[in-house]
This record gives sequence, structure tokens and C-alpha cells, in this order.
Amino acid sequence: MFGMRRQLDTSQIIIWAIGIGLILMVFIGSFSTLSEGQYSTQQWIDFVVFGLAQGAIYALIALGYTMVYGVLGLINFAHGEVFMGGAFSAYFLASFFDDHALQGMRFVEAARGDPTFLDTNPILSLIAIFAFAAFISTLIAVVLERVAYRPIRDSPRLVKLITAIGASFFLQYTFRGFFGSGVQVYPDVELLKGEIFGIRTTLVVVFVSALVMLGLLYAFIQLTRTGRAIRAVSEDMNTAALMGIDVDRTISVTFAVGGFMAGIAGILYVLIYSQVNFFTGFIPGIKAFTAAVLGGIGNLPGAAVGGIFLGVFESLGPTLILDGLGIPAAHQLKDVIAFTLLVLILIFRPTGILGERLATKRV
Amino acid sequence: MADGLRSASRYGLIGAVAIWHLCLVGMVETFAERELIGEAVSMGYLMMAAILMLVGYVAARKADQAPRALLFGATSGGITGVGILILILAINKINIGEIFPFATPHLIELLTFGIESSTGLLMPPLAGAVVGVVGAAQTLLPPAWRRAITLALVTITLFGLMRDVIAVLLPTGIRKIIFTSSGLTYLAAIVLLLLSGAGFWAQTYFQERNQRARATRPLTETPQRTWRWWAGMAVLSLFLLTFPMWSKSFLSNVASFVGLYIIMGLGLNMVIGFAGMLDLGFVAFYAIGAYTMAILTSPAIASSYYNQPVETGFLSFWQALPFSMIAALIGGTLLALPILKMRGDYLAIATLGFGEIIRILVQSDFLKSFERTGPDGETYDATFLGGAQGITRIARPELGDFMLKDPEHFYYLILIGCLLALFISYRLKKSRMGRAWMAIREDEDVAQAMGINRVTAKLWAFVIGAFLGGLSGGIFASMLGSVVPKSFELLISINVLALIIVGGMGSLPGVVVGAIAMVGLPEMLREFGEYRMLVYGAVVVVMMLYRPQGLWPESVVAREVEEARARQSAEEQSATESNSPPPSAENQAQS
Repeated sequence: MFGMRRQLDTSQIIIWAIGIGLILMVFIGSFSTLSEGQYSTQQWIDFVVFGLAQGAIYALIALGYTMVYGVLGLINFAHGEVFMGGAFSAYFLASFFDDHALQGMRFVEAARGDPTFLDTNPILSLIAIFAFAAFISTLIAVVLERVAYRPIRDSPRLVKLITAIGASFFLQYTFRGFFGSGVQVYPDVELLKGEIFGIRTTLVVVFVSALVMLGLLYAFIQLTRTGRAIRAVSEDMNTAALMGIDVDRTISVTFAVGGFMAGIAGILYVLIYSQVNFFTGFIPGIKAFTAAVLGGIGNLPGAAVGGIFLGVFESLGPTLILDGLGIPAAHQLKDVIAFTLLVLILIFRPTGILGERLATKRV
Repeated sequence: MADGLRSASRYGLIGAVAIWHLCLVGMVETFAERELIGEAVSMGYLMMAAILMLVGYVAARKADQAPRALLFGATSGGITGVGILILILAINKINIGEIFPFATPHLIELLTFGIESSTGLLMPPLAGAVVGVVGAAQTLLPPAWRRAITLALVTITLFGLMRDVIAVLLPTGIRKIIFTSSGLTYLAAIVLLLLSGAGFWAQTYFQERNQRARATRPLTETPQRTWRWWAGMAVLSLFLLTFPMWSKSFLSNVASFVGLYIIMGLGLNMVIGFAGMLDLGFVAFYAIGAYTMAILTSPAIASSYYNQPVETGFLSFWQALPFSMIAALIGGTLLALPILKMRGDYLAIATLGFGEIIRILVQSDFLKSFERTGPDGETYDATFLGGAQGITRIARPELGDFMLKDPEHFYYLILIGCLLALFISYRLKKSRMGRAWMAIREDEDVAQAMGINRVTAKLWAFVIGAFLGGLSGGIFASMLGSVVPKSFELLISINVLALIIVGGMGSLPGVVVGAIAMVGLPEMLREFGEYRMLVYGAVVVVMMLYRPQGLWPESVVAREVEEARARQSAEEQSATESNSPPPSAENQAQS
């Protein structure tokens, strides 16, 4: 016993040394970047605003991870692909609207230069695109749960996780098979060009709609009967079943809600980045998972806060920290910052900043 | 009856969705060009037929009378056929080809068997129903026959697929009889079907006879090494040793890749299979091994380091190989220390993050080169990891004056590596450490209560796994002669994971079988490349749902599965005997 104690201490010391070293690097890097004064205030504001919009998208995806983890104790690895499905369907509907015009009750192909449906009815087409993306993502999420996750609900954790990984790759390469591996470019929406208070309209729209969705979801979970059922099932599935809750249906609804949010995130993502391909879902998926862990997995407000924090951190990080340390081409290492944060959170505070709403029973 | 029809139509719908998927990802079209038997049966048709047969089989399984079984099979197959018909109409009428590039007129031609008139539209439902009935008819056969027929069909498919590989080994005269330009001839297919069917039937027959003897054997007893075991071993070693001599260099190359994956698989098996930790960043160790080899042996790196052209790298292959393994080992330790105490799924994500960090760092300009001050005081950029371009001109292994450069030579090197890895794995599995790992895998808390130091045990699993990953990476770098970051994507980790799962977690022969099935087969199938990851994903999910123990499970696991199945069937039997409700009531309860 004494020997083991000491051994743990050594590894603990090493881990803490690494952690403190990294924090020091963050401070030194930030300090030297700021003292150099290479970037103007406007640039910093731009970084933060972009980070907020990006973070809002992460937050929306993170909700799906956190809710499913709360209910099933499963990291839904394929959730990034659900998000990508939304982005893809948004792309297809948008490009359909972009080269078709409404004549009477029929869509006809618009001649080059003529106003298209996207030009004449931007709001209506945006709403339709939002609805379609959300619908497809919801569909993917629900089918995924029914086909892949329901039969193994009682299996060991490893089996569930491996299934999720397999499902993720299956979906990814299904999309690749369907639509090819090229990058599809999303059409510009005239309405979203320009600036509001000196900020790109797109970013404002993305941030605001994400916030609205977050609010709606919170209300849904807290106020409705179904929301209460979801909370009950994540508290204790068996007891919830004994209380007369239809567990299968509740889990389906959980996946549907998570998929819906991911679909909205998908369309918001293409609004910002204007492009999508089959691999689009992977990195944002992992980052959103990071956000979910950051806020404490199972904790809905935590996921939202974690997502926005991660977005801003990632947007500022390369310039603020790495530039100051004299690392060349720091923007290439943007993902390294997010992944390092992920690993650090998992090591030092696996319960997240705000703490898990689910107690330790799930360890 | 109505119940059975309803479930048959449900299976039919599932089949339709599966076939839509195959059509729209382009598999049907791509594989239609591959004629497996004569000119009539292409891989694309065979795939669809397999789905239809499966659908028919599953739909008919619950039927209690032969005519009903066939009816259910026809219903489900027919409904799948109607699904295909809907797909054809969708392509024709609403032009989904704009979104799905593979929904082309050519696909319609394939699905209607080339018949253009409206009778062509009747073909899919008809053919679907017929194949569905064939599938359903399987339920009427005794199990031994069913197994023999299924396996015989699989055998001729495999032979057809492996046409290129087998054909080059045969003299022209025989080749002409057996093979067409892309598959088997009709004659060969029929003969092979009968022969393999008879073989598999006999095998099942004898197995059943021996079953009772096997079931009573205690689990702890080591299997007897009879003369048959030794003879098998002798044939196997002869086969392995002479393999490059009679096969073509393409095959040796494939075998070498399989070997590299076996080494990696055995390494990862240590972590996942033995100790039960899901490591998704295994590719990092492979990359560390490969890059260590590259930096130490490439003359390009040495030249850039000394700032003058040099003919050889810092070290030779043999000197650098231990460093590759040690570097991976150190990497493994550094990764393992902080994450060992994480819960299972967080560990997976953390290792995934680690693997991605390594890949992005290698790719970035940050570690591409560093500034060095030479002995004369001048400063210049010395290449370190080479960024996205990677490192070229990595040294080949030398034995005296003989340089290993052909695939055949590397085959032997990798064979030795595989044997070494197998030996290490085998001995470790039987050791005290191996038992500790398995205890941790089964229940960490109980293992700890039994006095196992779980941190140390897990650390060792990680470190030895990394060690083997480094070995594989080092050989890989030398074999290819260059390394680029693109070779070390997450997909490699997933490949290795998939092969372990297919083989059976924790099982050493399983790793070999998995590597042959998941790496060897796709390398040999020309058309397969595009759909490799798609199939991997599907295979992993299907294995987890229906056969989580793998194709060649560990003996302990196999026994557990067998026992669980026996218990379940016994329970079911007793349940039906004690309750024995009228069949109609049971059906109502189900619906």
C-alpha cells in the first residue's frame, strides 16, 4: 500500500508539472503578444466576435452529446456526422433555391442572371433551409439510435463506444459515397451580406439564432412533460420506467432533440464557412464533445457555456498564446489548442468547470 | 399469419433501404463491372442477391409451416423489389441524379436487367420475390445443409474475387478452364460449389459428433498437441517461408502490409483486448516509430543537419530500429501516465486527441525545421520533421553487403517481426501480468481489491503496445522509403481497431485473421478501395450488434458465449413448456 501511494505521487507530480508548465506558457505567450502590440483593438474584437459565433455552433452540437450521455452514458461519436448531415442538406436545398425560381406554384430552373428564389424570397428560403436541415439531422439521429444503439443498450461501455465509432465512419463514408469527396460551396445569401454595428451580419445571425435555440431547448427540458421525462430517465432509467415513463420513446426524443440542434448547427456552420464536405462533421464533433466535457457532461447550461468558451479560446488562442511564444504559422495549430484543452480537461477536471449534474454514480 | 406478413414487409423495407444505400453510394454500379461467374453474375448483382436472400431468410425464420415460410420470403423479397422499383422511378421522374451522382441511367439499366420497355420495371419485384423465396427455402433445410450451402456460396464468391491473385499462380492451360477474364467460369463455379459444399457438410457432420467430447473438457486444460497440430504447423511454416518464392511481388507486398498491421494489431490488442482500454490514438506510436527511423537514417536529414551533402544518415536501419521502438515506448509512457486513471470512454477521447495533436504538430511548420548553429558559427535551418512534405530517402536494411529493398525481402523481415510480436503477446498473456490485465478488463475494482496494482498493469499494457507500434512504424518507414504526415491519420487507428474487433478482442489468432480479412482482402480487391472505410464502419457496427466476441474469439470468451446461449435456450424452452399459451395469444402479446 505504501509503495503504491508513492508511485501515484510521482506520476501525479509529473502531471501537475506538465499542467503548470502549460499554464505558464499561456501567460508568457499572451503577455508577450500583448506587449508587442502587433494587433489592433479592432482585430481583437473581430477575433472575439468570430469566436462567439463559432462557439455558439459548438454549443448547439455539444447539447446533443451531453443529453445523450446523460441518458445512455454513451459518447455518441456519430453526433458530428448528424451535424454534417444537416450541413449537407442545407447545402442542397440552398443551391436548389439558388438556381430555381418560383413561377406560379412550380419551381423552374432560372436562367443565368435572373433572380432566383433565394434572391426573391430570402427569408422564406432561409426558414425552409433551416427546417429541412433540422429535419434531416433529426431523422439521422433517430434512425441511428433505433438501428445501432438500442440493441446494445445494456452492453458493456466498450461495446457501445466502438459501435458509435463504427457508426460514425459508416455515416461519414456514406455521405462521401453519395456526394463525392469534393468540397461543396454554399451559395451566398444577399440578405446576410453587410454589417450590423460593424460586425458581419452572418455572425450576428448565427449567434442570435443559436442563443434562441439554446433558450428554447432549456425551456423544453425544464418546462414540458417530455423534458421532465428526459430528466427522469437521465437520473435513473429503471426507476423512470417504473414510474410509467416510456423509456424507449424518451430516448428517441432525446436523440431527436439532439439531432435537431445539430441540424441547426449544421446550417449555421455553412452560413459562416460556406462550404461542406463529408469530413466536415468530424473536427467540430470532437470540439463540441470537448465543450460538453468542459461544461460538465450531462449539464445543459454547462454545454452551452463550454461551447462558447471553447469557440472564443480557439479563436484567440493561436494569435494570443502561440504568436507570443514565437511559433511560426500559428494558425495551423488552431486544432492543437482545442485538443490540448480537451486532454487537459479530461486529466485535471473530468467533471468540467460547472460540474456534472449527474453525480459520480456513472463512473 | 398476419403478424408474419407484417414482419416480412418490415424486413422487406429494411432490405429496400439497404439496396438504396448500395445503389446511391455507387457500389452496385462500380461492382457491376466485376463479373464473378461467367458473364451473368457480377459482384453488384451478387451483393443485392445476398441482401434479398438474407431478407427472405429472416422473414421466413419464424414461420411454422413450409408454405408460409416461402410466402413470407416472397413477400419480403417482393417488397424489397418494389423498393428498387421506386428508386428507378425516382431517378426517372424526379431526377434525383442532380443530388446523387450515382443515380444514373446506367444504374437503371442494371436494375432492370437491360430491358427497356415497361416489362423491365416488373423485373425488380419479380426477381426480388424469387430470390426472397430462395432465401426462405434455406430455413426449411437442416442446419448442417444450410451451413454447407452458405459457406459454399461464400467460397465461390471469394474465389471469383481473388481471381487475379490465384490466376497468376496457375499454368495457362488450367487457368483458361477455371477463370474468365475477371472471375470463374460456369463449369469451375459449379464444381467448386459442389466440392466446397460437400466439404463443409462433412466438416459440420464430424464436428457434431465430436461436440460432446469437447464440451466435457475442462477449460483450464491446455489443448493436446497431437500429430495433427504439428503437421498443420509444418505445412503453415512451409507456406509462410516459401510464400514470396511462388507468389508474385504484388502479393508479397500485400502480405507485408498485412504483417505490419498484424504487429500493430498485436500491440493495440495488448491495450484493448487484454487490458480493456480503448486507445484511439494508437497511430501516434506508429508515427513516432516511423519518424524516428526517418530522422535517424535519412541522408536528406543528415545533409541538412550538417549543412553539406552527406551520403548516409546518422545511423543504419538496424541501429535505428531500437531507437524507433524506444521512442514509441517513451511516447507511450508519457501518454499513459496522465490518462490511466480516466474512466473508459474519456480515455478513448483523450487518446484520440493525443493522436490528432501529434499528427497536426508533425504536419505544421512549427516542427518542420529548426535553426542550428554549425561548428563554424554559421546559422541555418536544419530539417526536423519536414512538415507536410515529410522525409524522403530513408535507409533500407542491410545484411552485410546485401540490401533488403524488394517486397520479397521485406516480407521476411516483417515475418520475423510478426513472430516476435506474437511470441511477446503469447508469453505476456500467459504471464502474471497478462492475468492481471484480464482481471482489470473484467472488473477494475475487484481486480484492485485482489491486490493488482492497476496503474502499473495498465501502464505496462500501454507501453508494450506502443513498443510494438513503434516497431511496425520503423519497418514501415524503411519499406516505403519516405514518410509523410498523411500516412498517419486517425484512419489507421480505426483500421487497427476494426481488425481487432473482427478477429475477436484479446485473441491472438483473431488479430491475424482480422488483419487478413480487413487489410489483405481490400488490398487485393481492385474495386474495393473507394468503399473501404464505409465497409469498415458497417462491419464494426454489425460485429458489435451480432457477434461482439469476433470471428476467432479467445477460448474463455467463446466458452462464455456458448454457455450463455445454452442457458438462454434452456430458459426459453422451460418458459414455453411451463406457460405454453395458445399460439394466437402469444402473437397478440407480441404485437
